[in-house]
Amino acid sequence: MMGIRTRLRTALVALVLGVGIGLAAATATAPEAAAQQQPAAPPAATEQMLFNYLQGNVQGRVTIPDRRAATLIQPAGRDFQDFWRSTMKWIGGIAILGMLAVLAIFYLVRGTIRIEAGPSGRTIQRFNGVERFAHWLTASTFIVLGITGLNITFGRELLLPLIGPDAFTAWSELAKVAHNYLSFPFTLGVALMLVLWIKDNLPSATDARWFAEGGGLIGHGHPPARKFNAGQKLIFWSVVLGGAAIAVTGYIMMFPFQFWATDIAGMQLAIQLHGIIALVMIAIILAHIYIGSLGMEGAFAAMGTGRVDLNWAKEHHSLWVDEMMSGGRAAAAPPGARSAGAD
Amino acid sequence: MARMKFLCDADRCIECNACVTACKNEHEVPWGINRRRVVTINDGKPGERSISMACMHCTDAPCAAVCPVDCFYTTADGVVLHSKDLCIGCGYCFYACPFGAPQYPRLGNFGSRGKMDKCTYCAGGPEADSTPAEYAKYGSNRLAEGKLPLCAEMCSTKALLAGDGDIIAQIYAERVTTRGYGSGAWGWRTAYKDMVAG
Repeated sequence: MMGIRTRLRTALVALVLGVGIGLAAATATAPEAAAQQQPAAPPAATEQMLFNYLQGNVQGRVTIPDRRAATLIQPAGRDFQDFWRSTMKWIGGIAILGMLAVLAIFYLVRGTIRIEAGPSGRTIQRFNGVERFAHWLTASTFIVLGITGLNITFGRELLLPLIGPDAFTAWSELAKVAHNYLSFPFTLGVALMLVLWIKDNLPSATDARWFAEGGGLIGHGHPPARKFNAGQKLIFWSVVLGGAAIAVTGYIMMFPFQFWATDIAGMQLAIQLHGIIALVMIAIILAHIYIGSLGMEGAFAAMGTGRVDLNWAKEHHSLWVDEMMSGGRAAAAPPGARSAGAD
Repeated sequence: MARMKFLCDADRCIECNACVTACKNEHEVPWGINRRRVVTINDGKPGERSISMACMHCTDAPCAAVCPVDCFYTTADGVVLHSKDLCIGCGYCFYACPFGAPQYPRLGNFGSRGKMDKCTYCAGGPEADSTPAEYAKYGSNRLAEGKLPLCAEMCSTKALLAGDGDIIAQIYAERVTTRGYGSGAWGWRTAYKDMVAG
């Protein structure tokens, strides 16, 4: 194998040099010269063949300290250009507008999912202060990161024509700084949520039933669930894994060429992954925001006050309510509510 | 109108780096920034070639396509320039550039690279021609004075050619015909999607 490879390389070098000489002789554009010389190879073969031989980039030696300058030509820049100019925008447009369309249709068909038994007036503690802090730390930074990130992808087309180049640059510069620095609290929030909730988000047997019954989103059933149902577990894992991927690629972008394996190809890959994962996560979080506010009565209170209505809890997290009740942590009446006799 | 291009005849370049020095001096380019550089391929081996490389002023320039704030523009002469007032230093143009042309005063450092700097084809920037403001940001504007880029003008072996693309391609082709060999117009395929002169 090695022998063949070496011979192939030698042959290629010979070919490159040979073609270079032959083709150069043949590429005279002056008509009289062209008439005298017979073309030996198609034009432009030299650079292309060198790319093939050198596997992508044309690498050399420079006498300046910046070693990146030794890359003479990296044709992959053109692919990065195409990705950024079209692929990224298509993925983002389809993911975000598609999700908004799905949510709008779902709302029109299903409306707000009500507490079927009606609010009981009694509440049960669902998320304590630390849990809500972790959630809102992540949520608030994610919204700013999302908007400032979308500005980099879509701002030039959507916002720049509206506010003009000077204002757009001022805003984008601010947005870039915010994006860079808010990455730290975002990462902290994701890490906190991972520590707080991983034990409640491990897959279990009830998840299969939840999926089989469509999670109650399709139809009007209420499949049993513990603290988190299978849908919430999906959100949790996409936030934890997606957030980790965004954080890693984002820090690579913030400290370019300073981590291992981040040559220019690595940097291009990091940016592309960062963009795609972030756009998909924005779409997922749009659904999460919808079902936690407009889409479901009584859901917002879980992250708002931390306490949910007992009837909401019984309908959506029946097994969790059982655990809480049997654990001796009975539902408490809201402060100021009077006991209703026999209850 | 001319379509300005660079062409480096790799069979003439002797890696003297005078183009690099001339560029730095002409435009008072800060320490650490190289608008032009000489790269040696196959150093010390048969087939060694040196190529002087800077911004190639591409057709459908990748830097301009990926810039989130749209700070690039192409002049009537086909020269790709940018506005340092609009640049936010995000660094995307460096990732897209096939030739490593965009340079930054600082590397990374929490994303604060500073304003991008690159070869202007000695054509300045968006400011009024040959003003101190233009000189401070982009260097001198030789094109406005009817001169070609200094790197090519002072090249001792005339390896580096600058000027209208058709004319320098013809000069190169005549050289290749006369001497009987040549290793192609480096970067032209990537920059101009062009087959002229190899």
